This record gives sequence, C-alpha cells and structure tokens, in this order.
Amino acid sequence: MLHGYAASLLDGAWLTFQVAVLSLVLALVLGLAGASAKLSKLWLLRAPAVAYTTIVRGIPDLVMMLLVFYGGQMLINLATDALEWDYIDVNPFVAGVATLGFIFGAYFTETFRGAFLAVPAGQLEAGAAYGMSRWQIFSRILFPQMLRHALPGLGNNWQVMQKSTALVSIIGLSDITWLADQAGRSTHQPFLFYAVVCAFYLAMTALSSVVFNHLERRYSVGVRRSAA
Amino acid sequence: MTQLTVEDLHKRYGDHEVLKGVSLSAEAGDVISIIGSSGSGKSTFLRCINFLEQPDAGRIHVAGEEIRLVRGGDGHLKVADAKQLQRLRTRLAMVFQHFNLWAHMTVIENVMEAPVHVLGLSKTEARERAEAYLDKVGIAQFRDAYPAHMSGGQQQRVAIARALAMEPAVLLFDEPTSALDPELVGEVLKVMRALADEGRTMVVVTHEMGFAREVSSQVMFLHQGLAEEVGAPAEVFDHPRSERLRQFLSGSLK
Repeated sequence: MLHGYAASLLDGAWLTFQVAVLSLVLALVLGLAGASAKLSKLWLLRAPAVAYTTIVRGIPDLVMMLLVFYGGQMLINLATDALEWDYIDVNPFVAGVATLGFIFGAYFTETFRGAFLAVPAGQLEAGAAYGMSRWQIFSRILFPQMLRHALPGLGNNWQVMQKSTALVSIIGLSDITWLADQAGRSTHQPFLFYAVVCAFYLAMTALSSVVFNHLERRYSVGVRRSAA
Repeated sequence: MTQLTVEDLHKRYGDHEVLKGVSLSAEAGDVISIIGSSGSGKSTFLRCINFLEQPDAGRIHVAGEEIRLVRGGDGHLKVADAKQLQRLRTRLAMVFQHFNLWAHMTVIENVMEAPVHVLGLSKTEARERAEAYLDKVGIAQFRDAYPAHMSGGQQQRVAIARALAMEPAVLLFDEPTSALDPELVGEVLKVMRALADEGRTMVVVTHEMGFAREVSSQVMFLHQGLAEEVGAPAEVFDHPRSERLRQFLSGSLK
C-alpha cells in the first residue's frame, strides 16, 4: 500500500519521536533554570533570562532553526580556523534537538515562572517556620504545587512543540516529514504520504494528551474533589 | 524554667521603625497575650521571634539556647548558623492567621510532614503522634481530607495539631482567629484554652480580648513599636495606666 516505503517511514517516525522527547527534556531543564533565574534576586541572573525569553519568543521557529544550523556552522568554522583545528560538521540531529529545546525552553520559562508565583507564599513560610531546609521547602512544598499550576501550560507547549519537530526536515534530517516528501514526489502520491504523517502526529499528540490529563489529575489532588 | 526570652528587639522597614526595643520572657506554662491596634508591630514582633522577619537588633533565647546572630556586610543582623535556626524553629511552632496548611497534603500528612522530615521520626511514630493530636483538637474524622475541603475553623485546628506534633517549647499564635467567620472563632479558642489549661507555653497575638483576659498569665499592650503596658490581665484590663490603653480598650470591649 505504501509502495515499499513503510519501513523507511517507520524509521522517520522513530527519529521524529526521538527529536521530540530529547528536545522536551532540554526545554524542561532550560525552562526550570530560566524560571529560577527570572525569579532570582540577583540582577546578574535575571537579565540574561529576560533577554533569552524576549529574543527567542520573538523570532519565528523556522528562522531560528536555519540560524542555528547555518549560522552555527559558520561560527564553528570561524572558531576551528582560528584555532587551526580540523573541520567540525554540525550534526543536524544535535542542531535540531538543540534548537527546538532552546526555543521551547523560553516558553517553558514563562510557564514555570507563573506556576512558581502561583504557590501561596504562606505555605513556603510555614515550611520555614517548621524548620525545613531551603531544599526541603523547594522539593516538598514548592515543586509539587508548582507542577499543578504548570501542567496545563506545559501540555499546551508540548503539543505545539511536537508539531514543530517537522521543522528539522529543512536542515537535512530524515524525519517522517522529509521522508514522506521524498516518497510523495517519487510515487506522485503526495496526498497519501502526507496523510500518513498527519496520522502519525495526531496519534502522538493524542497519546500525549492522555498522559498529561493523567498527570494533571494526579497533581491537582487536594484541589479538585474528583482528583483522588 | 524559662522557655523564651526576647531582649530589646528592634525592627525597621526603611525609615519606619516598627519595633523600638521590645522584650518578653516566657516561663514554662506562661500564656502571654500581645494586644494592640493594627500597625502596632505585634505581628512583626512575633514573626521576628522565629526569624520569618529579620530583626535589626536584639537577642533571642529559645529553651535556654541563644540564636547566634552576626552582622552582615549590609549592616543587617543575620543568623550565623542556618542549621541552628532550623533546629530552634522546631522548638517554636507557629500557628498562622491564614492557617498556611500545605494544600497538596491531606490533614494527617500535614501533621506528619515536619515530624518525619525535620525531626526525623519514623512514619509509624509520626502517625501515632498525629492521630493523638488530631484527636485532641477534635478533627480526627477528617484525617484523610484535604484542607481545601474544610472550614476555616477546622483548618485552624489542624494547624494547631501540626504545631503540637512538633512538641515545641513554645507555641506562637499569630492572630489565629482573625481570618475566621465569627461563628467559627469559638471552636478555635476552645482548643487554645484547653492547651493553656494543660500548661503549654504560648505567645498569642490576638484581638480576642475575652481570651486575653481569661486565659493569659500576662498581657502586653504594644503601641507604636513599644510595650506600653505589661502585666497580669486583671491589672492591664481593669486598671490601665496609660491613656492609649484606655482608648484601645474602650474601642475593643463593646
């Protein structure tokens, strides 16, 4: 039915999935770090975080992807020339994951920042008054309650992020979109192959929604009666 | 035995001096009520005792041990040893105006949290302790409920059980009934009376003049950052010496 392209599309789907999950991990790390920096009392930490979210959220994802891939290669070439090292090739997989993680880390920063601020200060104060260390206040009180506020926003960003993985096809990665494009051209059946891509993305996003709904229920315990 | 002494506590916010040298000493079994109009510094004073606010000057002893302070580079007093502060805070359990129960934990988890994770009790031990104190405040049947599903009076009683489960030297109450609907004030005051009758050492910032008069061993009237009058309740309420206290009382006792 897929003119012998089924195995190759499956490889592409696997690659897309890897890009999505790895960039999610990177975005979560950057988001938590960014939010902590933005909420810091230190100007030196706040300023770069503000610059990060302002710039990254203001540039189209596609342009950012091209900028990191080609611009990154140029910068690396300049550096290797200056240091008289051998030529280093920018790996499109690494570039793709890094770019997506970097872009969505900025959105996650805002989501986490709002979520941290939504936890009532009195509950943190109670932790301090009962002798908890800063780490205990963070891990036992702030973080679990922050997650409840962050999850709806994270789920939304993650949905957008999964779809943005299709952008890696333009920097030469054989993801499902790129492979479907190739197959569609050579068989003159673009509709068929793009339909397969659509089905794949829909399945992935639908599955994610199920997982996120479950997490939201779990972390809203104590707030909604239906939660338990 | 002296459970708590505070000597010459000062605190300012910018140009405004909120506390101008306030002292207090609580022997075991003392119930000290701190009264005064809003803005008199009474809540700030209480919050400086366990360092939720940083005092600018003063000395604090908890159960015979002094909280070691150093003057930081910016001229403000700082706690010298964070571990010591954490340890002494477990000897000073606080009950807050807005309860401040942890919303993601059940009632019993709220009461067990600090005994397990701060005092290092085993879960079994902490659960027994929590059940005993929840029973004492009359809320045992809500042990698996979440705070958001309870009335303010019930939440405050859980908060009191949480404080008792630390088995502290001194209980600090920061306007424990001010955020409650009038019909719920009684149930919380009843619990507090029972604790006073048991001989627990308590420092209570309150607007409840009936409680202050009937339960306290000592009443402190704070006015503009100074302890204007200190004494036995009969003295303070029936023979106020200063004009300000007379005015305050005539406004409060209707």
